[in-house]
Amino acid sequence: MAAAATCSTGTRSTGSMVVAASRNNVTSFQRRGPRTSGTDSGCSRLVSISGTRPSVRNGQLLVSTGLPALDQLLGGGLAVGTVLLIEEDKYNIYSPLLFKYFLAEGIVTGHTLLVASAKEDPADILQELPAPLLDDNCKKECDEDICNHKTESNVKMKIAWRYQLLPKIEARPVSSSRFGHYYDVSKRIPQELIEASKWHGFFLPEKISSTLNEDPCSLNHGYIKLLQFIQNIIYKEGFDGSNPQKKQKNILRIGIQNLGSPLWGDDICWTENCDSNCSLTKFLYMLRGLLRTSLSACIITVPTHLIQNKAIIARVTNLSDTVVGLESFIGSEKETNPLYKDYHGLIHIRQIPQLNNLICDVSDVKDLAFKLKRKLFTIEGTWVQALVRNY
Amino acid sequence: MFPELNNLLNTTPDQVEQGKLTLLCDAKTDGSFLVHHFLSFYLKANCKVCFVALIQSFSHYNIVGQKLGVSLTTARECGQLVFLEGLKSAVDVFFRPQEEPHPLQFLREANSGNLQPLYEFVQEALKPMDSGEAAWRCPVLLVDDLSVLLSLGVGAVAVLDFVHYCRATVCREWKGNVVALVHDSGDAEDEENDILLNGLGHQSHLILRAEGLATGFCKDVHGQPKGSS
Repeated sequence: MAAAATCSTGTRSTGSMVVAASRNNVTSFQRRGPRTSGTDSGCSRLVSISGTRPSVRNGQLLVSTGLPALDQLLGGGLAVGTVLLIEEDKYNIYSPLLFKYFLAEGIVTGHTLLVASAKEDPADILQELPAPLLDDNCKKECDEDICNHKTESNVKMKIAWRYQLLPKIEARPVSSSRFGHYYDVSKRIPQELIEASKWHGFFLPEKISSTLNEDPCSLNHGYIKLLQFIQNIIYKEGFDGSNPQKKQKNILRIGIQNLGSPLWGDDICWTENCDSNCSLTKFLYMLRGLLRTSLSACIITVPTHLIQNKAIIARVTNLSDTVVGLESFIGSEKETNPLYKDYHGLIHIRQIPQLNNLICDVSDVKDLAFKLKRKLFTIEGTWVQALVRNY
Repeated sequence: MFPELNNLLNTTPDQVEQGKLTLLCDAKTDGSFLVHHFLSFYLKANCKVCFVALIQSFSHYNIVGQKLGVSLTTARECGQLVFLEGLKSAVDVFFRPQEEPHPLQFLREANSGNLQPLYEFVQEALKPMDSGEAAWRCPVLLVDDLSVLLSLGVGAVAVLDFVHYCRATVCREWKGNVVALVHDSGDAEDEENDILLNGLGHQSHLILRAEGLATGFCKDVHGQPKGSS
């Protein structure tokens, strides 16, 4: 089991103690770590993994999604062992960005990557990752943004003056910290970073050519191959704790693009009553099973706007842990709405998991919009504008 | 367990009703707190519990259980709790073919799935001990949740049959209880789920429904519960 080495006194740990009764009836308290199977329960030394931190709410181990603003909205980050589902925007312009941020964060923090796609070769995807903003560059970007921001915030609100006092969502990088980095989307990630990283690629057209020997179980051929690939990597590299001799624990970041699209051989996007309508849901269930028993976190993008059957969307949502929907304004009537003129789309946090807890961490602000500036993808709340609209 | 819910239902761990099917339902909100409530309630009431947990891992229920005052690890070790961890077993049955029938055997089958191995697992777990001494009060079957079985390719009729068999054995024959959670898909038009929900609604003695607020999101109030019997 892994948890942070530095358990600061500030973190409250109510209820996160485990009582393990041994044969002599002597109880030993152990701080609960992430929800991996307790293969290392005998080990009392807590090891820290780079790029992770425990959640202040329930001690759950978290990784950054690559976008600190999104981390904040999700309650600190993405929990290890869970799935982040991104509902793609209509023309699939912004969801690949979130996908790439996630992978870039993995490279910068030294995690192992597993990239699966039916459309693009994973090697090409990695070439297009955004470059990380290192501390000295970041300060320069910060300074120009601070000047712009100061002029905006000095404008006092005359009618809705109470809202002046409420905190705004951070829209600009404050400092580059170990958990969560900022990226420059106008630049590519340096080649040496990619070469130094460990990654595995699953490109469907290459893998599907071999014949399937196992008995069919109503799962799509492509999905079966992908599940086997993932399970193989997890087992071989010891992410499920099956190889305790490994000296340094690490996180496996899995990224699966356009899941459920026809490119994966799934027909839920073009017909309402499809024969294999449980293929995707079964895949998600098995994926959840693999993730819960290993030190990994997964991002998947699904074109839910194409799925004809609403019941399947509901089931897919239930089987994912965190669900974020992107709605871009391109081609919709919101594009000309003056309230949204600064933004490129809305971001909906549809679901946040309740892990090891009875309630979940929900952000206060519900109307969130995103915009893609030349270098940054930012998320901001629009609740003030929404209120003005109602008057 | 939540004392307020106990007051509403007029039960305490000392007096447990027997032979009942309770249906837990959630719409637009998460009803898993009801599952945690009943799990801790029946463990405190000294009942033998078979928990078919298909959605989350064992440690999740364990941690929440500790917050509610029960230790699942202790209960499992002393035999009071039989825990079927769906996620872990699914990985086992899917990637490593098993010789003897596995409760989640339907995952490997192509068509609408047969829940008989799962029923036999429940039967084996909850059958009364032949030793004569009554160690536990009454057997309880808890399922979290039934809607995920539909996502795994099992037909609604097969799930209803499974619940029927469980009721006949656990409730009628052994005077135990069955508690199951089903999601209400609302306007998502999930026909199979609606069939399941309506069918179980008619069979159950008590329906506990957790609904999200009609007006949308509110920070302090998460939803409203409704009970009908």
